[in-house]
Amino acid sequence: MASVVPVIDLADVSLRYGEDSRPVLRHVDLRIPEGELVVVAGPTGSGKSSLLGLLNGLVPHFSGGVVTGTVTVGDLRTSDHRPRDFAATVGVVSQDPLAGFVTDTVEEELAYGMEQLGLPPSTMRTRVEETLDLLGIADLRDRSLRTLSGGQQQRVAIGAVLAAGPRILVLDEPTSALDPTSAEEVIAAVVRLVHDLGVTVVMAEHRLERVLQHADRLVLVAGDGSVVDGDPATLMANAPVAPPLVELGRLAGWSPLPLSIRDARRAAGPLRDALAGRGPITPTPAVGENLITATRLTVRYGPHTAVREVGLTLRRGERVALMGRNGSGKSSLLWALTGLGRRTSGSVTRQEFSGGSGADDRPVALVPQSAADLLYLDTVDAECRAADRQEDVDAGTCRALLDRLAPGIEGAAHPRDVSEGQRLALALAVQLTGAPSVVLLDEPTRGLDYGAKAALVTVLSELATVGTALLVATHDVEFVARFADRVVILAGGEKVADGPTAVVIAASPAFAPQVSRVLHPQRWLTVDHVRAALA
Amino acid sequence: MTDSWSLRRPTHPGAWWLWALALAAAASHTTNPLLLGLIVAIAALVVAARRSAAPWAVGFRWYLTVAALVVVLRVVFRMLTAGSGPTVLFTLPTIELPAAAAGITLLGPVSAEALMAGFYDGLRLGTMIVCVGAASALANPKRLLAAMPPALYEVGTVLVVSVSVFPQLVESVGRVRRAQALRRGPRTRRHQLKTVVIPVLTDALDRSLVLAASMDSRGYGRSPDVAHRRWLTSLCLLVGIGGVAIGAYGVLDVGSPTWLGIPTMVTGIAVGAVGFRLAGARVQRTRYRPDPWRTREWLVAGCGVLAAAAVFLTSQIARFPSANPLVWPPLPLVAVVGLLIAGGPVLSAAPWRRWSR
Repeated sequence: MASVVPVIDLADVSLRYGEDSRPVLRHVDLRIPEGELVVVAGPTGSGKSSLLGLLNGLVPHFSGGVVTGTVTVGDLRTSDHRPRDFAATVGVVSQDPLAGFVTDTVEEELAYGMEQLGLPPSTMRTRVEETLDLLGIADLRDRSLRTLSGGQQQRVAIGAVLAAGPRILVLDEPTSALDPTSAEEVIAAVVRLVHDLGVTVVMAEHRLERVLQHADRLVLVAGDGSVVDGDPATLMANAPVAPPLVELGRLAGWSPLPLSIRDARRAAGPLRDALAGRGPITPTPAVGENLITATRLTVRYGPHTAVREVGLTLRRGERVALMGRNGSGKSSLLWALTGLGRRTSGSVTRQEFSGGSGADDRPVALVPQSAADLLYLDTVDAECRAADRQEDVDAGTCRALLDRLAPGIEGAAHPRDVSEGQRLALALAVQLTGAPSVVLLDEPTRGLDYGAKAALVTVLSELATVGTALLVATHDVEFVARFADRVVILAGGEKVADGPTAVVIAASPAFAPQVSRVLHPQRWLTVDHVRAALA
Repeated sequence: MTDSWSLRRPTHPGAWWLWALALAAAASHTTNPLLLGLIVAIAALVVAARRSAAPWAVGFRWYLTVAALVVVLRVVFRMLTAGSGPTVLFTLPTIELPAAAAGITLLGPVSAEALMAGFYDGLRLGTMIVCVGAASALANPKRLLAAMPPALYEVGTVLVVSVSVFPQLVESVGRVRRAQALRRGPRTRRHQLKTVVIPVLTDALDRSLVLAASMDSRGYGRSPDVAHRRWLTSLCLLVGIGGVAIGAYGVLDVGSPTWLGIPTMVTGIAVGAVGFRLAGARVQRTRYRPDPWRTREWLVAGCGVLAAAAVFLTSQIARFPSANPLVWPPLPLVAVVGLLIAGGPVLSAAPWRRWSR
């Protein structure tokens, strides 16, 4: 390995944003050889994005902060070159590709970077065509960027930086907003770039289950500023963040840890035998009376029908997951259920909540997709106090909820300054403060690490125990496996499936969780189920 | 000209601006409400037929609103300053101004002639606003700026960013207001303002930062030149602008010496041009598939220019119908035919529909 010249070389790098704040990264040494697919993992807010930002000088040139040590990428050092000088060396795609688009159409966007580099028009024509083919987006060339689906936008964003010819790609959570199928497409495109073109890819990702099997190297950002890197299977044995597959491997004592479903199935023979004849021990959900009923609900925006004649009932204590492709009408359905969103026809009726305090006049609580829209005060503590006041509960209720969802957020921090996951946790805590009887969550697991998701499952389960009906729109199948009693799947605005979790998602090729895939044909959904059965 | 791209390519934004500015010029040379109405109708028709579903294209109705407001304001002001005329419609109580403003009376008798004069005047301005609105709805601002000379490139990019921020702001306001409706709490006006403005502004700021970071990492603003070139460029541009300004003063002021007029102005323009070239040479960027200027562009621009010419050729009396005495405005044939030609782009064979997919 010593003979290989690294394309990315971090030598004793430390980063802090304020003079006296604690360092985000501390004495990091990282050497990445050419042609590797590197996955950067770590808890929410641990500094993954900062680490990625170092690679083309956005940190510190753009973000501010103090960097010591040297970052060498290609032949350039970030200390004496600005991000724009790295444009031909490193391609960076941010978390929200739409916000980073400069032009209006796919073709122009692909050419933008090359125009900045001053490449001759003939070269641009060829490269645009090559890039369109490489990422499978040739049929989108004239489309307006705003009309693309999330997966398409992500692939266009990757193509747009790739067309300028960089040998290194830096992707910040490329699949966080995508449904499982779109995520597969994006990951497949990235893997092809690594295998066929020898591009070096550095990718931050929370949902390790999606990328770990393709990783050549894993970089773990611990959260205390330290960074370790190495072989994914070795590092995963003790990593603080682990996908269900790895947890299952740890439970079963498999060594080396399998990182793909295929390898795990090969190793899983004895485990399947041990589990034979048993089924997951799931307490029958204590489901009560109907709380909210939608009948033939239709939501139309101009000529586009987002939701078509959907009937849905949520019962007391029920935990329901709402799944479906990007744009299948999940958000529109949630908003229509609150009574605030658009409703073209059909009805939504609330039943009386007999949970002790008489009739329930509360609006249905919803945490929208862009959760930050709910927040407007300048500190986390102020938001929590405002929520306590608005909901008329004991002071500190909201803060206590927040600490359970995402511990350790500084009270004096500005809600915009905390990480995306922490911000979401805050919005969630604010909306849950009043213990509403029906809670709707739109993509709550975006940007959350495994610990935060587990905490979310615990909080939601407790809410369900006291009689709250929960409906969560999500793409995260592993979260659904742990959280939901019942799954509703929307496609093209219509309800195509509605039934117990085990039946609906275990049978689906796109939505089946990892444990279910490994232990198929046995019906296990989560590691916890397996652990309970083995104990 | 038969390959698919040449059919579905958008019309050069400059052609739309020429067309619209020619119409606006025609509007500025007449107060005939029939002609002005025709111009508004044609502009609206072309916009309805040829605009895309892009964010900038939906703003046309705002221009219409502003134009209507201008007309109303003009009429109201005429009422305030009490224009005289034989046909008194009604009389408002007169307000006497202090001696300092003697000779001006506010309110008083309101005549139909005064109102019509106000209406004609307002309609002319309103029509010009509608023409500009039509241009901005039809022409892609980003592509227009991309077609600008390289010296204006950096200014152009700033405009591009602000152009794209505005529709996003409107979108954010809607989203945040919906989200805020989910939160209980006091609903005072001040509170509402705060709860919407702060998330919207921070959201806009965040987006702009992401965009700026993206542009920076993709090589925006790479310039390989050395410091003294930049210094020279600035000097040339400054001297040029100064020269033009002093020259203009010299030309307009009769009492100033001759050398301060035309010679200074010409020198200023020449130095400025050098600066412009230097600034352009700094920008090392190329253009991917620039919008070509072909038959279609000539036709679109030509339609507008023909219409303007037809209006200019019309007699003074037909263009400026009298409001005092009140007469029914004439309908000059040449001008009407010319303006109908300006509606030509509606018929063009290649509707620009690629946004609506």
